[in-house]
Amino acid sequence: MNSREGDEQARTTAEAVARRSYGKLIAFLAARTGDVAAAEDALSEAFAVALADWPRKGSPASPEAWLLTVARRKIIDAYRGQRRHEIVGEELQVTEGLGAAAIAAEGPNQIPDQRLALMFVCSHPAIEAGIRAPLILQVILGLDAKAIASAFLMSPAAMSKRLVRAKEKIRQAGIPFRVPEREELPSRLDAVLDAVYAAFAEGWTDPAGTDVARRDLTEEAMFLAQLVTELLPEEPEALGLLALMLHAEARRRARRGGDGEYVPLAEQDPASWDLRMIEEAEALLRRASALGVIGRYQLEGALQSAHVDRYRTGRANWAEVVRLYDALLALSGSPVVAINRALAVAELQSARDALRAMPELSSDARLAEYQPYWAARAELLVKAGEKEEARRAYEIAIGLERDPAVRRFLQKRQSALASVAEGE
Amino acid sequence: MKYILMAYVNEGAWPKMTKAEQEQGAAAYMAYGEALKKAGALVGSNRLQPTAAATTVRIANGKSQVLDGPYVDSKEQLGGYFLIDVPDLDAAISWASRCPAAGHGAVEVRPIWEM
Repeated sequence: MNSREGDEQARTTAEAVARRSYGKLIAFLAARTGDVAAAEDALSEAFAVALADWPRKGSPASPEAWLLTVARRKIIDAYRGQRRHEIVGEELQVTEGLGAAAIAAEGPNQIPDQRLALMFVCSHPAIEAGIRAPLILQVILGLDAKAIASAFLMSPAAMSKRLVRAKEKIRQAGIPFRVPEREELPSRLDAVLDAVYAAFAEGWTDPAGTDVARRDLTEEAMFLAQLVTELLPEEPEALGLLALMLHAEARRRARRGGDGEYVPLAEQDPASWDLRMIEEAEALLRRASALGVIGRYQLEGALQSAHVDRYRTGRANWAEVVRLYDALLALSGSPVVAINRALAVAELQSARDALRAMPELSSDARLAEYQPYWAARAELLVKAGEKEEARRAYEIAIGLERDPAVRRFLQKRQSALASVAEGE
Repeated sequence: MKYILMAYVNEGAWPKMTKAEQEQGAAAYMAYGEALKKAGALVGSNRLQPTAAATTVRIANGKSQVLDGPYVDSKEQLGGYFLIDVPDLDAAISWASRCPAAGHGAVEVRPIWEM
């Protein structure tokens, strides 16, 4: 093997390990030191050593164990390097903790999987809610601050600063690396699921899928949801979240026509949906409902399921849809849910009933700047025959939209209204 | 890890309480301190005199300035603290939530900077 091939092979092995085990290795290292940033630094140094070493000596039988051994040494060196007298005790602890778990030459399955504990750390109530999803994406999946920043519409510098601060908080405040006890689990798990869903939703803000960083994010978020259901197979909300994401993902392609234009659900071709994903989502929802505890994500998943079923069978099921929205609204009290519920009310009863069911603008200051509120209001006003008011609502919705394809869609809807003279 | 639980309460409420209420309030703090001691978590604790008794000192332009009153004027004031030693933040939060001040004020949990 020439050195070029050796380099190539080392790189391939390292990349495969990074994909397969990055979060596992970080979780293992960080759980023993309480220091996520130090674990990241040590692991990235270990990868660098691997790329220099493996081409010459060949890839080790267990690359994970090899990387852990090197990373562990780096952490100990780093602690020694700080030469602070208070570190001595800590260093002993760290060394002991890292050494105790036999990181001998064994397969990756031998490394205890503490990714779930790490996800609970990242979404601890002591961590600012807005940074939890980026933090999980970084420490579990190894995404860099730049890619995360782009998805969350933030400058890379600001994102990286907030990530650093969050990791410092984990270390300084002494947030424990463990899965919460039974009685605490539901509320703490909600925070983990919310963070995973936020990562997924941010991925969706680029519905055209032209921005690679964001498109990847939905896939990464799906992987995280999958991981949570594997590690907590009996948690109905985790199953519900994965089902919800699969349903959304199944229709992603159908949301764009051949010309790249936005296609609303009602005009999508069910033949273009991903049936395998839909079936998987349905199976997850059945599993969740057998566990007998309802929650937000299961209800949202069930709503997706009801919409899909309606288009596939042609059977109107608006009464069921409104019932699901009622339950969801009772649980969340969210004006966003109220908007979607109102749209279903329009189908079940009338557009006027639906307009009455819309949330009051005064109920939440953010509604006035929420595009879907104005688009929904416009649709309902059209159905109620209030053309001039509908035109104005479309105008506001168009002004608030970020996605050019959706903006064009709204403009088309607006101009389809028989032109009403200004000020008439 | 060591944490300080700082009890922020509205100190103006205390003098307005009846004697019986004050006794009950003090007893709740006593019981809380006892529970911490029994759990082996208590390092130290103190109740502070009201902020009217506070004096704030700083050096400006090489001269020390002495000001009457607390450093920060706020709706609720630091009324006391519990220094505890527990395994992690969750344990500290759990103790903070039992502190009577969490019910009628707020408890700030801060890790101690170990030297």
